[in-house]
Amino acid sequence: MYRYSEFDSAFVATRNAQFRAQVARRIDGSLTEDEFKPLRLMNGLYLQLHAYMLRVAIPYGTLNSTQMRQLAMIAQRWDKGYGHFTTRQNIQYNWPDLRDVPDMLDALAEVQMHAIQTSGNTIRNVTADHFAGAAADEVADPRPIAELIRQWSTDHPEFQFLPRKFKVAVTGSPMDRAVTKAHDIGLRIVQRDAEIGYQVIVGGGLGRTPMIGKILHEFLPEADLLPYLEAVVSVWNLLGRRDNKFKSRIKITVHEHGIEDIKARVSQRFAVIKPTFSGVDQQLLGAIRADFEAPQFRKAPTHHFDAAYNGNALFRAWADTNLSAHRHPDYAIVTISLKAHGATPGDASADQMRVMADLAERFGHDELRVSHEQNVILPHVHKSDLPVVHTALREAGLGTANIGLISDIIACPGMDYCALATARSIPIAQEIATRFDALKLEHEIGPMKIKISGCINACGHHHVGHIGILGLDRAGVESYQITLGGDGAADAQLGERTGPGFSADEIIPAIERIVRAYLAHRTSPDEAFLDAYKRLGLAPFKDALYDQASAYAAE
Amino acid sequence: MSREFTPKVITANALLEGDVVYLTADDSWTRDLSDADVLTDEADADLRLLSAQGRASEVVGAYLANVSPDADGPRPTHFREEFRRTGPSNYFHGKQAAR
Ligand code: HEM
Ligand code: SF4
Repeated sequence: MYRYSEFDSAFVATRNAQFRAQVARRIDGSLTEDEFKPLRLMNGLYLQLHAYMLRVAIPYGTLNSTQMRQLAMIAQRWDKGYGHFTTRQNIQYNWPDLRDVPDMLDALAEVQMHAIQTSGNTIRNVTADHFAGAAADEVADPRPIAELIRQWSTDHPEFQFLPRKFKVAVTGSPMDRAVTKAHDIGLRIVQRDAEIGYQVIVGGGLGRTPMIGKILHEFLPEADLLPYLEAVVSVWNLLGRRDNKFKSRIKITVHEHGIEDIKARVSQRFAVIKPTFSGVDQQLLGAIRADFEAPQFRKAPTHHFDAAYNGNALFRAWADTNLSAHRHPDYAIVTISLKAHGATPGDASADQMRVMADLAERFGHDELRVSHEQNVILPHVHKSDLPVVHTALREAGLGTANIGLISDIIACPGMDYCALATARSIPIAQEIATRFDALKLEHEIGPMKIKISGCINACGHHHVGHIGILGLDRAGVESYQITLGGDGAADAQLGERTGPGFSADEIIPAIERIVRAYLAHRTSPDEAFLDAYKRLGLAPFKDALYDQASAYAAE
Repeated sequence: MSREFTPKVITANALLEGDVVYLTADDSWTRDLSDADVLTDEADADLRLLSAQGRASEVVGAYLANVSPDADGPRPTHFREEFRRTGPSNYFHGKQAAR
């Protein structure tokens, strides 16, 4: 894992000391809220509906057990004993007191963590494939490059007052588990013969004007990556609209100017910037890479796994949904579900965090990951250890076998916490999970991604949910709009709106009608919902949603 | 004629805890909506709001929220204010737990 250099530690310490003084000045009245707000946002501190919220970066989603234990300690000491893992590989604390925040930041710094650039018009926390360095299908580990981008972008003098936030995601696998096409810049590591290069995608984003990213460069050599990124951000920094917040993201710049125009401007700018990069970035990358070397994988028989798989139905169900193929044949990637039926998606208690930390330390080469799907991952577990890991997870309420299924829902905090929300999202997620668990239909339905946002900002990625739900305020009543057929994977696709929205009472039965229509229309259980939707289009689902008579006739 | 002025309370978040607060008749802050002063005169409401917004070392983001007066005191007319005076619906945290 990457360890802070002296420079990094000193930088974070200085920043924390500055913020401690700023908080003190706010409390003693020498700073107004207008003066303080940009300062607190630069340090990840929001004010929400009921309390402050501290957003902590988990760069490229990677944590060790010491860090996870510290997150648990912070949750217990200064919050209400839990934390919320988000779609941008952050953890959010929902109840800190303003006075305690400097101490929380110092506690984070003790384990080389911080909340810098988790907010504001800067280059945000760089996200990466949560299976990085472990996935069987990976071309190369995306984290060294994500770390290099983080170092380059943190406090970059040219990029502290961008037109708007700027989000970068990196994947090293063709499966694209990092939703690269919905980011300001998405990077995909690709291989041509023996050579590694980067496909650069620009101008993706969700929010009120969702757009799928466009390819800016098919195969960028690694040595050109930072100067090229700097050229892109620099072009947008000048061109991006500062007159209208809703038109300021690079997706709009690309849309208004066209990808060819942007390409030409970036090339021009790149030609100027490239000579100023002396090659230090490449030396740095080499050093960073050494920090991400794969662990020493253990050689041991795997028959414990086979015995449990054949003999224990609970274990088998969990193994079938929550394990993914590891690059080492004797290992597996474990996805720990933070989606127990009826629980808040993405929440983990301090005790659960400690259990996950212990398991990582004992059985997982001391590594944990946080996924944008709001789950936690043990990327390297030897198969023979899986039965023990599963038992420990079950005892901690972390053994739910539902990864990729209908109850593995992404939901933003919505109006239960977020000051910008127009409706709640968490209770909708809870009710959908509980309903389909009661129906015992979850495994029958198969792969299904439901994503819920509590307002048009789309923090819950609803546009790329197979079923997307957007909560709105319609004349003072919570109303939920449905989109179908969205896809956040390699062939990213925005969902289509079905029609009028549903009230909080109607939305769960509406989702059930969609699912039942799918079950009735699929050619076989092998045809997943998204495939059936691509074949059938919106019509049969619309009928099921709005014309109940014909829907029942079809059964 | 301009739109009729509907009853309002002045609300904000406390500077230190971020907790929702309301302005009372004696210009102190309460955590409980039922103790809030209901304002029915527009000019008075605007003036009180200005002075509340000036109390920057006590609260953040003061604004006027609609209420309907009730036997037990003012009640929110919008669900957002209902959540603000209660707390989140997924946990028994916030105001509902403090009562
Ligand atoms: C509760 C405090 C939050 C606030 C105030 C907030 C605010 C916003 C806003 C204003 C946008 C739209 C930005 C734009 O299009 O320019 C946005 C987008 C987004 N937020 Fe949040 N958000 C919050 C929480 C979260 C959480 C908890 C997550 C993860 C679950 C999240 C993930 C995202 C993502 C992925 C986008 C992507 C849309 C894009 O890139 O265009 N946010 N957020
Ligand atoms: S989508 Fe809206 S409601 Fe949900 S967290 Fe983002 S800003 Fe808040």
